[in-house]
Amino acid sequence: MATNPQSKVSGAIANGAKPWITHDQEPFIKISNLTKKFGDFTAVDNVSLEIYREELFCLLGGSGCGKSTLLRMLAGFEAPTSGKIEIDGQDMSGVAPFDRPTNMMFQSYALFPHMSVEKNVAYGLLRDGVSKNDAYSQVNEMLKLVQLEDFGKRKPDQLSGGQRQRVALARSLIKRPKLLLLDEPLGALDKKLREETQFELINIQESLGVTFIVVTHDQEEAMTLSTRIGVMNEGEIVQVGEPREVYEFPQSRFVADFIGSVNIFEGRVSDDAIDYVRIKSEDANCEIHVSHGVSCTENQKLWFAIRPEKMTVTHKKPHKTKLAKFNWISGIVDEIAYQGNLSVYRIKLESGKVVRITKSNRLRHDEDEITWDDKVYVSWEDTAGVVLTQ
Amino acid sequence: MSKTMGHKPQQGLLGWFKRRGRTLVIAIPFWWLMVFFLIPFAVVFKISFAEAIIARPPYSQLFTFAENGVVQIKLVIANYGYLLEDSLYISAYWSSIKIAFVSTLITLLVAYPMAYYIARSPLRRRNVLLMLIILPFWTSFLLRVYAWIGILKTNGIINNVLMWLGITNEPFVMMQTDFAVYVAIVYTYLPFMVLPLFTNLVKLDQSLLEASNDLGANSLTTFFKITLPLSVPGIIAGSMLVFIPVVGEFVIPALLGGPDTLMIGKVLWNEFFSNRDWPVASAVAIVMLVLLVIPIMLLRNAQNASHEEGA
Amino acid sequence: MRKSFSFSSVATVLGFAFLYAPIVSLIIFSFNESKLVTVWAGFSTKWYVKLFQDPQILGAAWISLKIAFISASLAIILGTLAAYVLVRFRRFLGKNLLSGMITAPLVMPDVIIGLSLLLLFISMESLFGWPAGRGLTTIIIAHTTFCMAYVAVVVQSRLGDMDESLEEAALDLGAKPVRVFFDITLPVISPALVSGWLLSFTLSLDDLVIASFVSGPGASTLPMVIFSKVRLGVSPDINALATIIIVIVALGVLVAATKMKPEKGY
Repeated sequence: MATNPQSKVSGAIANGAKPWITHDQEPFIKISNLTKKFGDFTAVDNVSLEIYREELFCLLGGSGCGKSTLLRMLAGFEAPTSGKIEIDGQDMSGVAPFDRPTNMMFQSYALFPHMSVEKNVAYGLLRDGVSKNDAYSQVNEMLKLVQLEDFGKRKPDQLSGGQRQRVALARSLIKRPKLLLLDEPLGALDKKLREETQFELINIQESLGVTFIVVTHDQEEAMTLSTRIGVMNEGEIVQVGEPREVYEFPQSRFVADFIGSVNIFEGRVSDDAIDYVRIKSEDANCEIHVSHGVSCTENQKLWFAIRPEKMTVTHKKPHKTKLAKFNWISGIVDEIAYQGNLSVYRIKLESGKVVRITKSNRLRHDEDEITWDDKVYVSWEDTAGVVLTQ
Repeated sequence: MSKTMGHKPQQGLLGWFKRRGRTLVIAIPFWWLMVFFLIPFAVVFKISFAEAIIARPPYSQLFTFAENGVVQIKLVIANYGYLLEDSLYISAYWSSIKIAFVSTLITLLVAYPMAYYIARSPLRRRNVLLMLIILPFWTSFLLRVYAWIGILKTNGIINNVLMWLGITNEPFVMMQTDFAVYVAIVYTYLPFMVLPLFTNLVKLDQSLLEASNDLGANSLTTFFKITLPLSVPGIIAGSMLVFIPVVGEFVIPALLGGPDTLMIGKVLWNEFFSNRDWPVASAVAIVMLVLLVIPIMLLRNAQNASHEEGA
Repeated sequence: MRKSFSFSSVATVLGFAFLYAPIVSLIIFSFNESKLVTVWAGFSTKWYVKLFQDPQILGAAWISLKIAFISASLAIILGTLAAYVLVRFRRFLGKNLLSGMITAPLVMPDVIIGLSLLLLFISMESLFGWPAGRGLTTIIIAHTTFCMAYVAVVVQSRLGDMDESLEEAALDLGAKPVRVFFDITLPVISPALVSGWLLSFTLSLDDLVIASFVSGPGASTLPMVIFSKVRLGVSPDINALATIIIVIVALGVLVAATKMKPEKGY
């Protein structure tokens, strides 16, 4: 994280603090056992979360996983069936949206079509009783921050998609809410614009020091933006953690598969010790040695997850000294996709399983270049993957 | 606007309005319609069981203190029985339904090609044409029906033109006939058929028709097998929007129909204004309502279906 | 598609001819010197003069305009409330009934509405003393009732198309629900409000049957006067009246069309 000298909180996240580990701060947003049912259908199932001040927290999940419903409960548009939401220590039960210290940026931007950009952005301030002069001078500052200072008098239908998004952002931030809720903020933008806007969003968040909760289905976006990600599936939070943690150490096959791509080998425990575990897998047709312990029962079914970039493809049989028997398999190259900066190989292993391996094209001319139907060896380090028990 | 959160009770008068606000907003239109639309039907129902007397108002009270149960039952049958006995009423109902049915059909046949053409026109022309369809609707219905008097009467425009062209020597009798009624109904109700048809046809996915052609069907087959079936909801909606009001139509048969053009709307009017028999008029109205219940249900279903599609 | 195209285009041309011929004939013969509306005897504006000197017609026109204005205004309020409630409130007691009651007047034959309302007014008068006698008030009530159904249809459609998150955004920014309705909802649906009002005004102005049932002595509306005249036969001053109305409507539609050109459906 970039250091931000403007940050008011001394133990600020922007300065590299990690209160979810150090626990030296009270959680700013506390969600306790929150459930929402629509008739028989449970949209949000007993969710509990603690989010700290100035975090940029992403709720990540596919459609129908409950993330939007959770967001709407935070905003006050849906009343929970049970459970509690606390913002800065204040219980939000029964509090209407217009009384909450939250603001929301909508997926459709929801800009008022009959009002100019200025009036849109000023609307919230005027509702708070701020004088017209004060309100509009704040509006000007905010428009400068989102680089729209000349667009004040325009109407929303005279703006491009990216410009509208920035107006929506300005409008939702101008009241300096304790919590800003963003519903798929970058969904409507094209790829290039999305990347630029992601970094702008982070900068604005850090410079204003507002706590963000972002809902998205795009895992790359979640990885880029977040201080922490909460992965949701079927109304439940299945894992919470920093992007690196969630990526490198998924706690379930769902999370492993949802974030990035992954190869999963199914097998059974063959040897279990404090500092390592060995898995006998038919998929892999070899024994897998993982150098961390796993608490499991004898002969338990386990899965080994390893990311495509963590596996190596070679023509020559890998020779290791210590664990020579483990962590390699042979196979035939089935497909290659050349994507410019990296190449994606699909290798059909002896066992029949197909694995996906990516290799960065560092060398312009590779003498040992791998091509279709080559017989190759796939290998990996003993620290390269994780063992999953669910 | 979601319902307000309801765990902490709000204080004071403002709180009362906040809690009751929703109920109040629902209640105003609801009770207006109950009092001025629904309850009147109950009143008509009640009076259809009364007896016509010389008084103000010209019907008897149903519940008198010297109540005689036997007498009341007699009254009940009397008005409705009268309807059944006198063939005038049965013929009028039947004739109204027949005329409504036939004119709905004719209107459909006239309106469909127009709606089709407008739906397939480019946007600019489409808007102009729609405006032209709606424009007559905004001028007076009464006056447009009146216009047909001048056109259809014995020394009216059509006859004068035909005789001047030498096509005929004797004028055609068109006024005071069923024919005039049909013409006027189709004329005045045309927009009500064109618009629902148009709304439906314009949503028709062009690619369906192209696919059909691509698979070897000619235009006619494509029309009958794809376009027509898909436009059925529009046909039903438009037909009901014409059929239901036409059953009870008064002005057109009054101005253009003859003494033997029996339509129940005219019968009701005469029963009420000429005969001053309010109870019988009420009975006529109730029976008309009952007859129209099924078409009204059909229309509601068609409307709900199109709302789900996102009308 | 060529065959269908030419058939439907011919049918359309004929259809429009059919639609406009009577209107044209009304206009032409309003300028006819002769009283016989169907033989041309020279150009004259005498029927227009006669029209404006007829106290019965002028009086009735004034009454009709008053009634139409008040009914349309009441109808727009009631109809919009009904539409809002039906579209925005998820569930409430009586929703189905309200929905049925608001659409039934659209197709209910006028004779039934007229008769039922008259009988109601009479019963109410004998029970409560109000409405005392029939006239402007009862006609206004009757017109408001069926006009609100038309308003509701138009407003419901526009409300349904509107992005609900506009209202949520306003709530989120600190506006209370009533504020949201006036700041956001009403402006966004305003085209529907305008067309609803105009529709109600026209329908009220044009109503014959219902007004005949619920009207009283001294409250003759324009359609009632026209009807009694044309029952006896053709009357050229009525043609003049028709022409004036047609011209006003045509101008109104043209104005509306030009105003709607820069329309962006938001």
